Order: sequence, then C-alpha cells, then structure tokens
Amino acid sequence: MNPPASGRTGSRLERPDQQGRFGEYGGMFAPETLMPALWQLADDFAEAWGDSGFVGRFHELLEKYTGRPTPLHAADHLSEEIGTRVLLKREDLAHTGAHKINNAIGQALLAKRTDKTRLIAETGAGQHGVATATAAAYTGLECVVYMGEKDIERQALNVSRMKMLGAEVVPVTSGAATLKDAVNEAMRDWVRTVETTHYIIGSVVGPHPFPWMVREFQKVIGEESVRQLQGEPVDVVVACVGGGSNAIGMFYPFAGREGVELVGVEAAGHGIETGRHGASIGAGSPGILHGARTYMLQDAEGQVLEAHSISAGLDYPGVGPEHAYFADTGLARYVSITDDEALEGVDLLSRTEGVIPALESAHAVAWVAKEADLLRDKTVLINLSGRGDKDMDMITARWDRV
Amino acid sequence: MGLPALDSLFGQVRTEGRTAFLPFMTAGLPDPLQTVECFEAMAEAGADAFEVGFPYSDPLMDGPTIQLASARALSQGMTLEGSFKILGEVVSATGRPALAMSYANPMFRLGADRFAGRAAEAGASGLIIADLPLEESRPVAEACDRAGIGLVLFAAPTTDDQRLARIASHDPVFIYGVAELGVTGERASQSDHPRTLATRIRAVTSVPLVMGVGISTPDQAATLAADVDGVIVGSALVRRALESPDPIAEIAGAVRELVAVLSGREVT
Repeated sequence: MNPPASGRTGSRLERPDQQGRFGEYGGMFAPETLMPALWQLADDFAEAWGDSGFVGRFHELLEKYTGRPTPLHAADHLSEEIGTRVLLKREDLAHTGAHKINNAIGQALLAKRTDKTRLIAETGAGQHGVATATAAAYTGLECVVYMGEKDIERQALNVSRMKMLGAEVVPVTSGAATLKDAVNEAMRDWVRTVETTHYIIGSVVGPHPFPWMVREFQKVIGEESVRQLQGEPVDVVVACVGGGSNAIGMFYPFAGREGVELVGVEAAGHGIETGRHGASIGAGSPGILHGARTYMLQDAEGQVLEAHSISAGLDYPGVGPEHAYFADTGLARYVSITDDEALEGVDLLSRTEGVIPALESAHAVAWVAKEADLLRDKTVLINLSGRGDKDMDMITARWDRV
Repeated sequence: MGLPALDSLFGQVRTEGRTAFLPFMTAGLPDPLQTVECFEAMAEAGADAFEVGFPYSDPLMDGPTIQLASARALSQGMTLEGSFKILGEVVSATGRPALAMSYANPMFRLGADRFAGRAAEAGASGLIIADLPLEESRPVAEACDRAGIGLVLFAAPTTDDQRLARIASHDPVFIYGVAELGVTGERASQSDHPRTLATRIRAVTSVPLVMGVGISTPDQAATLAADVDGVIVGSALVRRALESPDPIAEIAGAVRELVAVLSGREVT
C-alpha cells in the first residue's frame, strides 16, 4: 500500500527515552506538583512490570476475571459480503464490554501495590469509566470518574453502570463538556490529591509514563492475536484511534513486521473539510496536549480546538504520542471515517455477523468495507474494541429522525 | 524594564525588609479595554510587579475562576497578539516589572524564541509557563537567555529537597513556590504546606522565592510574609474582575490591603 509520506521508516520503541519521548513526541508537560508523582509512577511501574508476581497476578485476573483471551473470530459472512477475508479480535467480549478493562485492572493493581486509596479517571464513551469503576469495586478502592456533561447525556447506560459499581460520576461543564475537558478536570483533581490518589488515565495519552504504561497493559490484545493466528499471515491490521489505546495495544506486537500494514482509523465526524472532526493526525499539527507533545487539533495561536465525532470515545482533539511517532516513521498510517460511514459500519457488522459494535470500533469496520476493493484478496484483522449496547439510544434516536 | 528591573526589585525588598506583591490578572479582564487601567490601579495601590495571564483554552493548572476568566477573554476576542500588546502597555503605563504567564502549547506554537522575543520587546522581565517543569524547560530557558529575560521555575509541596536543589541550580529569575496542593483558586483555610515549603526552599538556595496558589486573603499573605520575597494573588482578584459592578476600584482596594500586610504598613 502507500509508503509513508515522509518516506522514512522507523522501528518500534520498547520504551520511550529518558525524557519519556517516542522520537520527538511525548514528554512530561505537567505542573511541578505532579512531577514527583509521575517519576515515582514510572519507577513503580517499571519495578512491578519486572516482577513476575505482579505480572502473573495481572494475567491471572485478565483470564479469570475479564475473560481473556478474547476470541479471534473469522467473520466469514462479512468477508463474503465485502470480498475480503476479515478476522475480528473480539475485545467487545471482554468483561465490561471493551478493551479498557485491561488497562484499568493493570493500573488498579499498581495503585493497590503502591498504597493508594482512591482512583480517579476521565471517561468519554463511558467504557473507561465503567472499567475503572469495576476495577475499583474489585480492589476495594474509592472511585471518582470525570465525564463531560454532553457525554453523560449520550452515554446514559454507562453512567448508570458506574453508579451501580459504587463510583461517583462528576459532570464536567467546562469547554466542550466532552473527553478533553474530562481529562483536564481529572488532572486538576490529581494536582490536589496526588498524595493519596492514582489517576487511571484511560488511553495512551498524558505525560510520561502513562503512554508507555497503558500500551504495556494493552499490548496483550496484539500478543494474543499473534498467538491465535497460529502463523497465518495477515496483511492489514485495522483499529480505531481516539487517544489510541486499543490501536496501540493491537499494533505494537505487529509493528515493523514485514508485510503487515497497520491502519489507524480516526473520526472524520461531519467530514474533514467541515472542520468538525476528530482527526488529530490526519488534519492536526504537533503541539502539547494533556502533558505530551503529539498531533492535536489547534488554531494558529495554539488554542485547542473542539473535536467532533458521533462516537464519544473518538471525540478527542489529540492522540497518544506513540501514534504520532508511528505516523511520522511510517510504522502505521492513519485514515478517517465519517459519522455516517461509522453508522453504516454498525449496521453492516450487526447484519452480517450478529455483532453490534461500539460506534468507535465501527469506524474500523467501516474503513475496511469502504476500501474493500483495495483490500481484495488480503487478510484483514480488525480490532473490535468494544460492543455497541451503550450506543443504542443514540442510534435508535437517529432512526426516529429518519 | 526587563529582567534587571525584577532583579533589582528583589534586592530592594530584601534591603527594605518587606515582601513584594505580584498580583495576577488575565489579559482581557475586566474587559479588553480596561485591562491596562486595572493594572495601573493595582500599581497605584502599591503592587510591585505583575503577572499578565495570557488566556488559554485548556488551563489545567487553573481552578474555575481563572478558567472562566480565560474563556471570557477568549470569547471577547483576546488573542496572543492582544496579550503581548497588553503586556507592553502594562509595563510602560506602570513602570513596573511584569511577567507573561502562559501554557506550553501557545508558547511552543509560536516558537520559544519568538515567544520570548515578543515578551522581551514588550518590556517583560520573564515568562511563567504553568505546565513547563524543569525537565522540559531547557529550550525555553535558552530562548529566554537569548532574549534577555528570565524563566521562572516552580517548586511544590511535593518537590523533595534533592529536586529543590536541582531546580535552584538552574538559577531561575525566581522560584514560584506552589503554596498549596491543587490548582489556582481561593481557599478558606491555609495548610502547613506554604511555610514548610518556604523553609525547605530557603535551606537550599538564596534564589528569590515568590509564593502563589491558594493565597487570597491578607491574613493568608501575612502568615507567609516573613518567609518569602514575594506573594502572588490571582483568583481573588480575578473573581472581582469577573463579578464586581465596580471591578477596578474593588481590585485596587484588595491590593491595598494585601500590600499593607506585606510591607508592614497600616491600611490608609
């Protein structure tokens, strides 16, 4: 397929450098109050991740509690319909309904190990909030989830789930009242409570060590896929990208492999040309958002622009710094899918496979369907990052309008 | 003006045995046409130097008051260009040192050299970048050096002594002591953090120490006066700029009370 625009190719980095950078992206643009905690967290995580007891406990919980490994499902009916062999990594079948639980369990175990008593999180679609509330309930930690007011409206089911699990859901009204603002508010909480609280950031975003740590907890998705393929070659690996945790978790074990193309699907919203989208790599520029240098949506003076996507989880004006590195080095390429195309993706997968995908994951499905001609005779692996129950109200509301 | 004016202010307050007062106000408050007048009134009320807040869409070190001020200023059309212009007018109208307070993204978007250069042209003494810790400060410190202005570095209650020493060794124009945990905003009570931090900083360096975050009342300022070279108050003044029917007079009144306790003078 297309070579990277830059013509450069790089290799994946096992760890970011001493400054927490993936190439020129990442870093630690955080208030001083948080800096000692961030360094401590980097040390604590490195130590825990090298401890077979901790890693064993993490994998034991993923297996016994969250139901891993998730299946690799050959989507034969979809394949037949679009003329391309499609495999689905079924993260929608993980406990709580999305890949988010992998990271939430990992970080909650780390918080417990480091004697924190309280967990905070931001959430967009609510999946990470539910995952964190679940991990908090399981580990017996207090839990507060920040969620944009607009997202509280469009993801009501997940709000109820978080409350059922004992979490406090704090509405965020600042800015666009979506995911970006929820991250701001969670960071502000953490600046105040850092001595007792661990912030479970939900994606591969934020200051070092979060992008690295979250990728390490999520790379189980790609590692399992490699094993489940049992040597069968895949040509293209596709995942949706908001902050990008499901994508990096899937991509990382494949990155740099001969003959495998990695494709990240961003939200084109109403269309890139309308300016109402969430395509930070496709239509953004490098800047500093939520503590890391990365691609983001901003104006000429560096004010952060509001993203737009029908999918709350992709409604974010930035992307994890490792994706910025993957994009620049050609390790992956990034495309986008509109709201309407994503809805068609939901319909297509539901109809052909009996699987209702989350609106986020539907972006990946929709891209494969859209590019089926280009992908003909190839084997495509889609990370189906979450299930669509949470989106049903919004989808049926659209039916009513039509 | 510029850096020497701020350096000499710290020399002067130490000689005089008093504490400098450095109020913060968001560029564009109380409204874009009154900002300079507001700074002039604060100067007349005895403020020694100023922080001019450049409004930013995502100020994650700021509490609700300064968030609202930033959002309002931006919605009323305040720009980066406008912020630099106000900074220059504040310096020339008051004849006192001023610093630009911003965040890393707008600063790097313009470019560290251009940002520092524009601040220097405006007569500013230095930059305060809320999300620029020591680890990321080098390119900005170098840009400030080239422009002949200073870069402020932070120390927080969570900063340990070893890190304090490292911060001090970079010889910032002053250390911004973050008095309380959390973001900017008024607090009903004061913890032990500010005095403990001041003592710890004094033990490792003679770099000027200015404290802010969570200091809003004359009483809170008074308990710190002996331990620091300067005090910053932001949210308490910005709140008046947002809410008061006669903001400039009220802000000047609040500044006068704060200056009185910091200089040991009676309120007149």
